[in-house]
Amino acid sequence: MIEVCSVSKYFGEKQILHNINTQFEEGKVNLIIGRSGSGKTVLMKCLVGLHSPEEGKVLYSGREFHNMPDIDKQKLRTEMGMVFQGAALFDSMTIGENVAFPLDMFTQMSDGEKNDRVDFCLECVDLQNVNSLYPAELSGGMKKRAAIARALACNPKYLFFDEPNSGLDPKTSLLIDELITKITHDFNTTTIVNTHDMNSIITIGETISFIYQGFLEWTGNSHTILSSDNHNLNDFIFAQPLVQRIKK
Amino acid sequence: MLRKGFITIGDYFIFLNKVFSKPAKWSIFLKKWVFEMDAMGIGSMLIVSIVSVAMGSVITLQTALQIESSWIPSWTVGFTARTSIVMELCPTIISLLLVGNIGSRITAEIGSMRVTEQIDALEIMGINPASHLVLPKVFASIIVNPILCVFSIAFALLGGYLTVWITDCVSTYNYIDGLTYCFRVYDVIYAMTKTTIFAFVMSTVASFYGYKIDGGALELGKASTQGIIVSSFIILILNVVITNIML
Ligand SMILES: Nc1ncnc2c1ncn2[C@@H]1O[C@H](COP(=O)(O)OP(=O)(O)OP(=O)(O)O)[C@@H](O)[C@H]1O
Ligand SMILES: [Mg+2]
Repeated sequence: MIEVCSVSKYFGEKQILHNINTQFEEGKVNLIIGRSGSGKTVLMKCLVGLHSPEEGKVLYSGREFHNMPDIDKQKLRTEMGMVFQGAALFDSMTIGENVAFPLDMFTQMSDGEKNDRVDFCLECVDLQNVNSLYPAELSGGMKKRAAIARALACNPKYLFFDEPNSGLDPKTSLLIDELITKITHDFNTTTIVNTHDMNSIITIGETISFIYQGFLEWTGNSHTILSSDNHNLNDFIFAQPLVQRIKK
Repeated sequence: MLRKGFITIGDYFIFLNKVFSKPAKWSIFLKKWVFEMDAMGIGSMLIVSIVSVAMGSVITLQTALQIESSWIPSWTVGFTARTSIVMELCPTIISLLLVGNIGSRITAEIGSMRVTEQIDALEIMGINPASHLVLPKVFASIIVNPILCVFSIAFALLGGYLTVWITDCVSTYNYIDGLTYCFRVYDVIYAMTKTTIFAFVMSTVASFYGYKIDGGALELGKASTQGIIVSSFIILILNVVITNIML
């Protein structure tokens, strides 16, 4: 479980996050939703320590993350997997090497075991015959999926996805959503997903935190979200004509 | 402005502290080290040899023109050319050349990793990105640059020899005589020490400017230029300091 206690984040004078309080549960898919520019990515980066919040704290199973000694931080991080909005694959390595990289660094696996693990992870995201290609040779969606495979490699306990299905077609997007749910339930990971994809919100959101201009406006789940009376949230989810029609 | 300068210097030392920590896995460090040495060494060989031959030839010509007097022995040309080549030209000029060549490549490589969040990805995995990326480069450059410097000295002397042979300003026999006259090992040690220190400055400053990029691809070009200017400047200052200490 990850608890976020009164987190505020500034960039210079500008306050991006305002006193965020929420928690992300183990074995569940936890969504952070909100419009573009609302602060989802910044919040996620505060969670994993890429940004340090000026106020408040982040607790991993009760342990405060930002005050940990570097050694403990690094250790905890070997239990994290993160998929960045732009995939962030290592350009200089092939896809196979990218996925094997965390295994190289942190396990004593033999080459055979590593290859099996890499193939398994790539299969999970429905990528075949790409092991020897470089990231530049892949499409945007394939890069995203390769990045997911890399995040899965070390069996993480905490998984972070920053817009995993932006830039994917509806079918692949569905596949990724299913995959995220499956991994979370099979391995009991604490999964946190940034998204503004309505489909994901309705289908995989076991807990949902809605961020509006840096404020946490609403928390709930995929069942309660359609009947909420928060004005900003309704604006957000019923923005698309299709959803409006469903509501009627 | 001054305050910003001090903050940058402070950041640089904090960065160095991060770079010089034990690699997470030695086998990977060694692999990257060898790879970097290969990339740096082979990649710079051609330009270093061309510049060195040209430099050696010009220095020899210049020296020969200055010392055209019958009461100065003609081996002086070779001797003077050798001394300037070994002690000053090769260590300093080649180091500056490599700043433009290897240094800018380092800044661009690390900077683009920063811009595309690859460094963040390393950090999330529990890896110290500074040490993982930069340490192999630093160790590679302090091996490769002195080797390139030795090559450069050889090529410069060769350039001088060819010039003498073609223009016949002094006899080749006298030139060789001058090259070998009163040879001091200390000169070479001095040159290698300088090159090694310059290599350290080049690789760490270039990495630092790439690593601290904050923003988009536009910053990348700026950081590259800044890295070159700052490391060249430091090298020139250190050159004076080291020369004062060692000679
Ligand atoms: N490094 C930074 N320096 C300054 N401001 C930043 C930085 N990163 C983000 N911001 C600002 O923080 C705000 C929130 O950005 P963030 O990237 O979290 O949005 P987001 O919710 O992830 O949007 P999207 O859905 O488009 O990815 C934006 O207004 C942005 O300008
Ligand atoms: Mg974002």
